[in-house]
Amino acid sequence: MSGAIAHHNAKRMYRFDLCRRLASKLHREEAVIGGIGNSNFDLWAAGHRPQNFYMLGSMGLAIPIALGVAIAQPQRKVFVLEGDGSLLMELGCLSTVAARAPKNLSILLFDNGVYQITGGQPTPAAHTTDFVAVARACGLGDSAWAADEEDFESQLDRCLATDGPHFIGLKLDDQPPKGQTERDPSQIRDRFMRGLGTKASRILG
Amino acid sequence: MAASDPGRGPAWHEIVRDVLKANVIRLVTYVPDNVLRPLIEGVRADPFFTCFSTAREEEAVGILAGAWMGGMRGILLMQTSGFATLPNVLASLPCAFQIPTMMMISERGTLGEFNIGQAMVCRTMRPILDSLGIEHHTVTRLDECEFIVDRTIRQAIMTQAPAALILSPLLTGGKVVKP
Repeated sequence: MSGAIAHHNAKRMYRFDLCRRLASKLHREEAVIGGIGNSNFDLWAAGHRPQNFYMLGSMGLAIPIALGVAIAQPQRKVFVLEGDGSLLMELGCLSTVAARAPKNLSILLFDNGVYQITGGQPTPAAHTTDFVAVARACGLGDSAWAADEEDFESQLDRCLATDGPHFIGLKLDDQPPKGQTERDPSQIRDRFMRGLGTKASRILG
Repeated sequence: MAASDPGRGPAWHEIVRDVLKANVIRLVTYVPDNVLRPLIEGVRADPFFTCFSTAREEEAVGILAGAWMGGMRGILLMQTSGFATLPNVLASLPCAFQIPTMMMISERGTLGEFNIGQAMVCRTMRPILDSLGIEHHTVTRLDECEFIVDRTIRQAIMTQAPAALILSPLLTGGKVVKP
């Protein structure tokens, strides 16, 4: 049952597999914002889509970027994949999201308790902080840990079928990312804008 | 003086509001500031705008970047000390991704500042903007306000580059206390 699982009982899952499950459910040009590092690497590895945005640098800003897209395009569903270390840097953004209450925004939090990309050092929150409880306390009432992959998929179905904002906590295992995003920011931005229909000029090649 | 005076035409904040509208800058995010208050109130009162505060200035840079890519133009209002929290995200988001993030900064720390912290952090503002290659202009006169704000916004959009408008106490009156 969604929402009933305590964070320490949530299954530790494989980030790349979760990204593939998300991608397989997106059929209506939903936007997806991938946070810094391994969060967007696995989004990229799961198969590029024109509506994917891969953040390079600006740690902590994936959720704000997604909020901006959600405000600009209220008819489009927007998903954001953010890491626990990144969210910890910008916790205040959860209150901003709750205050704006965008119906089309779903936040997926990848929580492995460590800064995996820099060698696996534990975050200050690793053993003490329940991010779903934090999200709820910030005003995001529809927040839950995913018990396992099946529960994750049913929560995704709900994100796609119902008004948000939604917040899904995902406990991760320690497997490394499956690939690395091409680091070409202006091309990433250009492709994303074409994917969102905000840029339409012809491209050669 | 900077305050609205019925006999003398529009105040700086009325000019800025109208230029934002003329350039279809619909999204206004801010971290509050005393000097910016009349502009924030003017924008909030106009249904043309979507206007809200964020917990940090950084957050607003992300929101504006997402909104721009989604087809909505915006601006971030803040004061000098708030700008000083931004170099990393400016370098790695609007600068690296070529996103025309518009910033309006109420200048504290000069021309009668009473807070030494503001005075010191103010000195970092223009060197940061210069080292990031961000176009910036300081508005000091009411008769130049419309031209500078309008042209800076247009250039930012056309060149896909972030830009900063600094509101001098010479324009706004600033924030002062008696020694």
